[in-house]
Amino acid sequence: MVCDMIELEGVTKYYANASTPAVAEISLSVESGSLHVVLGESGSGKTTVLKMINRLVEMSSGRIRLDGEDIRAIDPIALRRRIGYAFQGVGLFPHMTVAENIAVVPRLLGWPGRAVSDRIDELLETMGLPPASFRGRYPRELSGGQRQRVGVARALAARSHVLLMDEPFGALDPITRDELQEELKKLQRSLGLTVVLVTHDVNEALLLADRIAVMKDGRLLGHDTPDRLLNAPPHPYVETLMAMPKRQAAKLAELASSRATGVS
Amino acid sequence: MSEVWLEQFALLPGYLSRHLLLSVTALAVGIGLSMPLAFAAIRHRWLQGPILTIASTIQTVPGLALLALMVPLLGQIGFVPAVIALILYSMLPVLRNTVTGIEQVDRDFIEAGRGLGMTPNQLLLRVQLPLAFPVIVAGIRTATVWVVGIATLSTPVGATSLGNFIFSGLQTQNYAAVLVGCAAAAALALILDRLIRLLEIALARRDRAMLGGAVLLTVAALTAGLWPILRSAALVDGRPDVVIGTKTFTEQYILGELIADVLEVAGFDTNTRDSLGSTVAFDALAAERIDVYVDYTGTIWANYMQRDDNPGRETIRSEVARWLIDEHGIEVAATLGFENAYVLAMTRAGAESLGVGTIDGLVAHAPSMKMGGDYEFFGRPEWASLSSRYGLQFDELVTMDSTLMYAAVAAGEVDVITAFSTDGRIHAFDLAILDDTRGALPPYDAVLLVAPNASSRVPGLLRALGALDNAIDVDLMRSANRHVDLDGGSVSRAAEMITAQLMFEAEGRP
Repeated sequence: MVCDMIELEGVTKYYANASTPAVAEISLSVESGSLHVVLGESGSGKTTVLKMINRLVEMSSGRIRLDGEDIRAIDPIALRRRIGYAFQGVGLFPHMTVAENIAVVPRLLGWPGRAVSDRIDELLETMGLPPASFRGRYPRELSGGQRQRVGVARALAARSHVLLMDEPFGALDPITRDELQEELKKLQRSLGLTVVLVTHDVNEALLLADRIAVMKDGRLLGHDTPDRLLNAPPHPYVETLMAMPKRQAAKLAELASSRATGVS
Repeated sequence: MSEVWLEQFALLPGYLSRHLLLSVTALAVGIGLSMPLAFAAIRHRWLQGPILTIASTIQTVPGLALLALMVPLLGQIGFVPAVIALILYSMLPVLRNTVTGIEQVDRDFIEAGRGLGMTPNQLLLRVQLPLAFPVIVAGIRTATVWVVGIATLSTPVGATSLGNFIFSGLQTQNYAAVLVGCAAAAALALILDRLIRLLEIALARRDRAMLGGAVLLTVAALTAGLWPILRSAALVDGRPDVVIGTKTFTEQYILGELIADVLEVAGFDTNTRDSLGSTVAFDALAAERIDVYVDYTGTIWANYMQRDDNPGRETIRSEVARWLIDEHGIEVAATLGFENAYVLAMTRAGAESLGVGTIDGLVAHAPSMKMGGDYEFFGRPEWASLSSRYGLQFDELVTMDSTLMYAAVAAGEVDVITAFSTDGRIHAFDLAILDDTRGALPPYDAVLLVAPNASSRVPGLLRALGALDNAIDVDLMRSANRHVDLDGGSVSRAAEMITAQLMFEAEGRP
C-alpha cells in the first residue's frame, strides 16, 4: 500500500499584524516516493506551506504529519536534520568548500569522519561532479548549475528521504534548468524520494510533478495530476493558468508540422 | 645633537615595553569582554541600544580625562587605572563591528543554516562569525590603533608609556624626545595593525603554513617588545627601595633626577614615575604608591588645606608640615631652600609704559587686558583669592600650556601671565614681576615630601634626603631650569649642574 509521507490537515498561517491568512485551511497529502509541486504566483502562500513542513515557519492552526508523526511533537532542530532543504540562490556557505558544505548536516548529526567523507564522494558522483576536482572548490568557483547540484547533494547528505525545494531552478539559464529538471526526476525515482517543490513556473510543474497543488491568495484551488488539471481544471484560475502552456504547445506543434511539410 | 638622541634612544626599550604591555593587555581584555557582549546584543536585540550607547558615550570622554578619572575611582595610580581606561576605550569598535558584521550576514545563509538544522549557537559559530570575520577584524584593528595612540596618555596617571617621551619632551622643549615618542607610538600601532592583518589573511585562506608563520612573527614581535619587562621580572622581585614621583614641568624633572642621583649615591635602588598630574602625585604619595616627590607649601596650603589666609612664609611652612604628618602621615624630609611661587608677570616695557609695578597698579588696566594662565591656575583657589582680594577683572582669560605662556606675553598675545618665579624665561624674555603687596598668593617653598611609613621601611632614607635641605637657592634652580627651557640642555645635565654645585659647597665647608 502507498503510505502518505507528508499530510497537511487544515493548515493555516497568520503572520503577525496581518488581517488575512497567508495560508488558509490547506489539506493535502504527499504519498511516499512521489514528487508534488506547489504552484502559485508570488504571495500565493506556497513558500509558507513549504516552510511550515520543516517548522522554519510555525503554523497558526491545523496539523502536519511526517510519516504519521505530528511534527509539533518533534524538536524543530531534529526535524530539519531529517528533511532535506534546498532553495533558490542555493545558500551554499561561501566560506566552506563543496565538501564542507555537503558535510554540514552529517557533521551536525555526529557522523564519524570516514562516513562523512565517503558520503561526500558518493553524492558528488551521483550529481556528476567528479569528487577529485570538486571537493576542494569554493562555491564562487562553480557555475550556477554546479552550485545547484551541490545544493541538492547537501540537502540529501544525511540520507533524508524527504526533500523540500523552494524555486530550486529559478536562477538558472533554460538549458541548465532543463538538464537539472531531468536529473532531479531521475534521482527522485531511483532513490524513491518524497519531494515537495515550490515554483511559479507552470511548465516546470507540468514536467516534474506527479501531482500539482495550485495555490492563490493562501488557498488551495486544486491538487491533482498534471493531466487532469490540464484537461479538467477544477477552478477558473487553474484553467487560466493551464491555458498558457496549451497555447505554447499548440504553437510549437504548428511550427514543427509546417517545417515538416516544408521539407517534404 | 647626537647625544640628545642617544639619550632618548636609551630610554626607548623601557618605555616601549611598558607601552606594549598596557596596549596588549587592554586589547586582549577589551576584545574578550566585547565579544560576549556583542553576542548577547545580537541574541537579545533590546540590549543593542543600551550597550552601544554606553560604549559610544565612553568614547566621547576625552582620553586624558577618562584616564585621570580612573585614579580617584580606583584609589590607585599606575598600570591598573591606565589599563582599565584603555579597555573601556577599546570596546566600542570591537562591539560595533561585531554586531554590524553579524547582522549584515546575508539572510539566505541564515535561512540555509536554520533549514539544515543548526541551533542558534551552531549558526553563530559556523556561519555568522566566519562570514562576519573581516568586519570584526577591521574593528579589532581600529581598536588597536586607538589604544596604542591613547596609551601615551597613561603617563600622567603614573603608568610608564611612550607618553613619557612626549609629556616630558614638550615641557622641557626636548623635541628629540617628543619625536622619538610619537614615531615609536606610530610605528608600534602600524606593526600591530599589520600583524593582525597578516593573521586575518592566513585565517581567511586557511593556510596552515602562513598562519604558523604569522603566529610565530607575532610572538617574536611581542617577546622582543616586552623583553625588558620579561627580563626584569625574572631577575628582581618587583619594587625598588624608593619610587620617586615628578609632576609635569621642567623643574620637577630636574629635581626628580637630582633626588635619584642623591639616593643612588647613598646606595638606594630607585625608580622614577615621571609626569604625574598635580593631584595624582599627592594622592599617590599619601597612598604610598610613590615614596618621594617635591611639592610647594603654597600649593598644599591653598589646594589641600583649603586656606586662603596668608600668615607668612615660616608659619605656613610649619603649619603645612604639621598638617601633612597629622592628616596623612607624610613627612617633610627637607626644605630645598627656594620658592617657586605663582607670580603675575608682564613685559618690562609694557609695565614701565603703564607705570605698573604692583598688582594694585594693574587693577585699573585689567579690564582692557588679556591674561594667560596654565591649565590649572584659573581653577585653583589661588586665583579666587587673587581676584577677590584685588578686585581683578580682566577682559579675557586664556588658558594655555605653561611652556607657551612666556613667549605669548613677550609677543604681546596676552598682556599678563601667571609665571613661575623660578622659570629662567622670566629673565630671558625680560619680564617684570608685579609685587603682591596684599599677600593674596601664599609662599611656595619647595619641600621634599616622603610617604607615610617610607622612612621606617627604608632606613636611612630621611638622612640621605637631608643632604638636600636648604641646598638649592632660587638662582641655582632658575639657572638649571633655564639650561633646559632655553639652552636646549638635557634634564640630566641640569641635575648634574646642581650636584656639582652641592659638591663644591661641601668641599668648601670647613
